[in-house]
Amino acid sequence: MPTTAPDDVGFLRGSESFPAAAHRALADTQLRRNLGHATRTIRAKRAGVVAEVPDWEELRRAGEAIKADTMARLPELLVQLEESVTARGGVVHWARDAGDANAIVASLVRDTGADEVVKVKSIATQEIGLNEALAEQGITATETDLAELIVQLSDDRPSHFLVPAIHRNRSEIRDIFLRAMPGVDPELTDEPRRLAMAAREHLRRKFLSARVGISGANFAVADTGTISVVESEGNGRMCLTLPDTLITVMGVEKVVPTWSDMEVFLQLLPRSSTGERMNPYTSTWSGVTPGDGPQTFHLVLLDNGRSNVLANEQGRAALHCIRCSACLNVCPVYERVGGHAYGSVYPGPIGAVLSPQLTGISGPDDPNASLPYASSLCGACFDACPVRIDIPNLLVQQRAASIASHRTPTAQDVAMRTVAAAMVSPGRFRAAERVLGLGRFAGRSGRIRFLPYPGSQWTSARDAPTPPTETFRQWWKRTRGDR
Amino acid sequence: MRIALVATCLGDAMFPQALKATVEVLERLGHEVVFPEAQTCCGQMHVNTGYLDMALPLVRHHVEVFSGAADVAVAPSGSCVGCVRHQHAMVARRGGDEGLARAAEELAGRTYELSELLVDVLGVTDVGAYYPHRVTYHPTCHSLRMLRVGDKPLRLLREVRGLTLTELPDAEVCCGFGGTFAVKNAEVSTAMLADKMANVLTSGAEVCTAGDSSCLMHIGGGLSRLRSGVRTVHLAEILASTEEGTRARDVVFDTAEAGETKGVHP
Repeated sequence: MPTTAPDDVGFLRGSESFPAAAHRALADTQLRRNLGHATRTIRAKRAGVVAEVPDWEELRRAGEAIKADTMARLPELLVQLEESVTARGGVVHWARDAGDANAIVASLVRDTGADEVVKVKSIATQEIGLNEALAEQGITATETDLAELIVQLSDDRPSHFLVPAIHRNRSEIRDIFLRAMPGVDPELTDEPRRLAMAAREHLRRKFLSARVGISGANFAVADTGTISVVESEGNGRMCLTLPDTLITVMGVEKVVPTWSDMEVFLQLLPRSSTGERMNPYTSTWSGVTPGDGPQTFHLVLLDNGRSNVLANEQGRAALHCIRCSACLNVCPVYERVGGHAYGSVYPGPIGAVLSPQLTGISGPDDPNASLPYASSLCGACFDACPVRIDIPNLLVQQRAASIASHRTPTAQDVAMRTVAAAMVSPGRFRAAERVLGLGRFAGRSGRIRFLPYPGSQWTSARDAPTPPTETFRQWWKRTRGDR
Repeated sequence: MRIALVATCLGDAMFPQALKATVEVLERLGHEVVFPEAQTCCGQMHVNTGYLDMALPLVRHHVEVFSGAADVAVAPSGSCVGCVRHQHAMVARRGGDEGLARAAEELAGRTYELSELLVDVLGVTDVGAYYPHRVTYHPTCHSLRMLRVGDKPLRLLREVRGLTLTELPDAEVCCGFGGTFAVKNAEVSTAMLADKMANVLTSGAEVCTAGDSSCLMHIGGGLSRLRSGVRTVHLAEILASTEEGTRARDVVFDTAEAGETKGVHP
């Protein structure tokens, strides 16, 4: 049976609908400024490095094909992955959902006797609320990616895959460090280099003392049992090589069939995410290497709703996502509201189709029911996606899922059914147009400035046109007769 | 060529001048335009709001009305043609009607947005138009990314006598209409509109044009509310304009009803 993510564990759903959250976000001028600037900059960088690649479209199609093949054979590939990881000295665990995964990881950490772990940036672990679950067990998890550290020290949530603290400015970051970073210099300024060095010193101590590292995975190669993490700062390299014990929590969709498939993704990912030709640190490891790096390696395979997505023929392409964030950076909606407005650790265009499928949609009041509507269907996301996920189509399919969750008809359902009935018959359509024509009296000099709800949603910011004296078909009939 | 006009529900009910202009341009080029009167709506609003089952009879009706109507069908609307080409077969298949899906695909293969029809099918870029105004062009998302019309509208505009084309900054960014998005997420829609309007005003144009009355209704509605002094006019109306009777009415604040202002065909 496909599993959905449990309601009470993790961060895949906000507490309010998207329009309500967006209302607040739109008014946050710092967020608007930071996001507008950051996304514009990164869009330009991405466009530049993509333009350099003469076979970019073929690469995209190759990435799409590999992912489609993977999802078509996911169970067998996961079994193969388990075999190859185990053969290289790793231990594989299967976690049905967030609660399961958290319990497995906590138990593995306790087995080492450690009460502290260092973490490589992993959205999957945020999805399941791992840090919180570990804290309940008396285990402290320290984020080592700079932006995730900022988010952690301020008890916040990430708002973007790649730049999770983009909603903060540097004086806020300085304040966060002064408040929450042990041993920080009280004279710390908000210069970026000073902030980075403060974080570096703090993290160095953690890296050198940590016995357990926890990571996610960008890719897991089934035929060789190799896991790969792609990063910019080097904290990943520290966490993956220094501790005795390494635990990787991986969404099952991250598996790729063969080592040579990495050639495609390692070209697609850096250019799409940071807008670089290659990211600074790409780490790969296969099980355990005696005398070098962690001597104990655990791979936790996470379902948490992915089997639900996989079961949906019209939605499973959402599992192709390689978490590059190109769609976030190009989305005009995301740019204006930021990640928190989506309520899930997976925001933006891909989040709007992935989050509701992971959790399922319980009804019209489910905040995730509103996510697929957080889009004008402009299609910019599809053009930016390195693996050609047809997000606009997925959004329409998830809107249908949202409607299908209505147990009793909503006012919108009734209105749409009425309109459909009018539109299916030419006679009724003409009659409806005649009724609409009465609206001429609502506007002077050709424009309507105010309409009652729901039309007020329009007229709050825009004038509306008055209906013409003659519809096109009336004009045609009058001037052309029946043709 | 015998061309069937897809009026679109919005065009038929609210923006007939863009349709009249479309007829005028095609007839001026020597083609026969037919208007199947039983047509209603392509179903886009229902499809894009998630009412795929409710859209099935609308798809069926559209295919029935247009399949035998003419050699080709044209709509002055990138979004409606986008729905016909990219969503009709999907709706039919989802409803279990493979026959309808195939009929929809066949019809879709000969359904065009206006600029596509003119440039690709009829092979013209100079339609004999005259429109002495500073104009900026907004590429609507469906025509840009779904239909991939590319620079066809710009090529057509460049041939219009007297027209000065000014560049629209960030032209390819969505205006924020998005169909029911404009109402369901009105605030985000407004925020996107604000930036689109700022760019239109920066362009220095007197007129903003596009191939979709829906987006123009949104952009024009905002420009009208701000008393910006810039108006929106559908691409078809510009292409239909000649020295004998220039159309210059805004999409939104149309004080000119049929016959009231000079140069307007009754």
